[in-house]
Amino acid sequence: MEHLQEKTKTDHSPDTRNIPDEWFRPKAKDIKSAEQVVRPSLSYWQDAWQRLSKNKLAMGGLLFLIFLSIMAIFGPVLSPYTVQDGPLATQNQPPSLNHWFGTDHLGRDVFTRTWYGARISLFVGLMAALIDFFIGVIYGGIAGYRGGKVDNVMMRVIEILYGLPYLLVVILLLVVMGPSLLTIIIALTVTGWVGMARIVRGQVLQIKNYEFVLASKSFGTKPFRIIRKNLLPNTMGPIIVQMTLTVPTAIFAEAFLSFLGLGIQSPYASWGVMADESLGTILSGHWWRLFFPAFFISATMFAFNVLGDGLQDALDPKLRR
Amino acid sequence: MASYIIKRFLIMIMTVLVIATLTFFLMHAIPGSPFNEERGTNDVVQANLEAHYHLNEPIYIQYFIYLKSIATLDFGPSIKHPTESVNELLGRGFPISFELGMVTIIVAVLSGIVLGVLAALKHNGFIDYLAMACAVLGISIPNFVLATLLIQKMAVDWELLPPATWSSPMHMILPTMALATGPMAIIARLTRSSMLEVLTQDYIKTAKAKGLKPYKIVIKHALKNALMPVVTILGTLLAGILTGTFVIEKIFAIPGMGRYFIEAINQRDYPLIMGTTVFYSFFLVFMLFLVDIAYGVLDPRIKLHKKESD
Repeated sequence: MEHLQEKTKTDHSPDTRNIPDEWFRPKAKDIKSAEQVVRPSLSYWQDAWQRLSKNKLAMGGLLFLIFLSIMAIFGPVLSPYTVQDGPLATQNQPPSLNHWFGTDHLGRDVFTRTWYGARISLFVGLMAALIDFFIGVIYGGIAGYRGGKVDNVMMRVIEILYGLPYLLVVILLLVVMGPSLLTIIIALTVTGWVGMARIVRGQVLQIKNYEFVLASKSFGTKPFRIIRKNLLPNTMGPIIVQMTLTVPTAIFAEAFLSFLGLGIQSPYASWGVMADESLGTILSGHWWRLFFPAFFISATMFAFNVLGDGLQDALDPKLRR
Repeated sequence: MASYIIKRFLIMIMTVLVIATLTFFLMHAIPGSPFNEERGTNDVVQANLEAHYHLNEPIYIQYFIYLKSIATLDFGPSIKHPTESVNELLGRGFPISFELGMVTIIVAVLSGIVLGVLAALKHNGFIDYLAMACAVLGISIPNFVLATLLIQKMAVDWELLPPATWSSPMHMILPTMALATGPMAIIARLTRSSMLEVLTQDYIKTAKAKGLKPYKIVIKHALKNALMPVVTILGTLLAGILTGTFVIEKIFAIPGMGRYFIEAINQRDYPLIMGTTVFYSFFLVFMLFLVDIAYGVLDPRIKLHKKESD
C-alpha cells in the first residue's frame, strides 16, 4: 500500500524542471474542434423532456391522457344523446352502432356518460392538484424559508393534520356541505396540501443555504421575491411529480365517494356513480355498464401513475447522463 | 428514546383533540336536527327529546359534555337505533371490521414483501417485470372495481367462492383479496426499490465475500434494512385500508362498522357519527403512534445514537 501511495504522489506533482524543451510544441490551430461542444447544451426542461420521451410507458400514459382530455371536452358534445335522460325503451342494450358503449338501466347512453364522467374526474383531479400546489407551496415555502420557531410551529400543525384520516374528514365535510363537486374538491384539498407543503419545505430548507440565494439576499431582495424567483424554480421537479401523483389520488377519492353515494349524485354521471349503479349487473350480465367506467378509472389512474414515475426519473438531476 | 415517545404521544393527543373538535362543530353546522323527520310530535315531545340528548343546552356546554363522553369512552345512545348505545353498535361492528382489516394488512405485507424481494433479486428479469406490472395494476385498479370483478369471476361465473357475507374463512378470501391488492402493490414497489439500494452496499459484498449463502444474506442482512421504508408507510396504508373497508363492506354485505357509519351520515345520527369518527380516528392515530415507535425501535441509527449518548 505504501508503495502505491508514493507512486500516486509523484504522479500528481511531476518535476517540471527536468522536461526537455523539445517536448514543448505548439498545438495545431484547429478552432473548429476547439469550439465544438460534444454534448448539445440543453436546459433542465429540455433534458428532462428528452429523458421522458425515451420512457415508452410514461409516453403511453401521456398520450392516453391527451386522448382522454380531448374526449372529455368533445365527447359529450359530439354524441346525439344527453347525460341525464334516455328513453326507457332502449334500456340495457349491449354496445351497438347506435350506442357504442351500450345503454344503462334507464336507457341512457353509456358512451356519453363515460366522457361526462371523464370531465368530472379530470376536473376534480386537476383542481385538487392545483389548489394543493398553491397552499402547499406558500405554506411550505414560508416554513422552510423562515426556519427556526416559525418552522417548528408550522411543522407541528402539519404533523397533527397528517394524522387526520383524510377520507373521514372528507366524508364529514360532505355531510355538512351536502354532496357536490365543489364540496368534493374542498374536502380533498383540506388535508391534501400537507404532502406538498412537506416536500416544498424540505427542498427550500436545503436550497436556501446556497450561495446564489445569499447573493440575492445581499442585494436586499425581499423574502417573497427570493422564494418566488430563486427557491421555487429549483424545487419544480419534485413539485411536479407530487402534483402528477396527487391527481390519481383525487380521482380515486371522487370515484370512491360517488360509489358510496356521498359524491356526485345521479342523474349526473361520474365513473364512481356509474360503477355504483351497475353493481347489480353482475348477475344480469349487462357487463358493458360496469366495464366502461371501471376500465376508464383504472386506465386513467394507471396513466397518471406511470407518467408520475417517469417524471420522477426524468426530473431527477442525479439521473442525468 | 423516551423524549421521542413523549413527543409522539403529545402529538397523538393533539390530533385526537383536533379531530374531536372538528367533528363536533361540523356536525353542529349542519342545518336541520335529527328530529325533523319525526312527524306528529308536538312541541313538548320535541323539547323533551332535545333535552334528553342535551340539544337544548348552549353549544359550549354541549361541547364539554361531548369531551367528557370521549374521555370516558362513552358515546351515549344512538338516535336512530334508540334501543342501542353507540358503544353497543361499535362493539358489534368493529370486531368484524377489525378482523377484515388485520387479515388484509397481514396478507398485503407478507405478499408485498415477497413480491418486492423477488423482483429485486431478479432485477430487470422476467419476474421483476411481471411483479412490477402487477404492482402498477394493483395501484391503478380501485378496490371497488376489483371487488366487483372478483365477485363476477370467482363467485358467479366459476362458483369457486361465496360472493358475500362474513361467516367462514372461505367467505373472507374475496373481500381480503379486493382490499389487500392496493396496499400489497405499494409495499412491493417500496420493498423492491429499497432492496435494490441495499443490495449494492458494501456490507452485502462483504457478506458475499465471506461465503454466506444467498438466502442468508437476503434474510439476515439485506431485508432488515430494506424494510425500514415499509414500516414508515404502514400507518398511511392502515388508514387507506380502514376507509377501504367501508366500500368492501358495502359490496360484500359484511356487517361491519363501515355500514353503520355510512348509515349514520345519511340519517344525521349525530352521536353515532361522532362516536364512529372519533373512535376510528383514535384507533388510527394510535396505530400511527405504534408505527412511529416501532420505527424508532427498529431503526439502527437511532439505537446507535442512543449508545453514543450513554
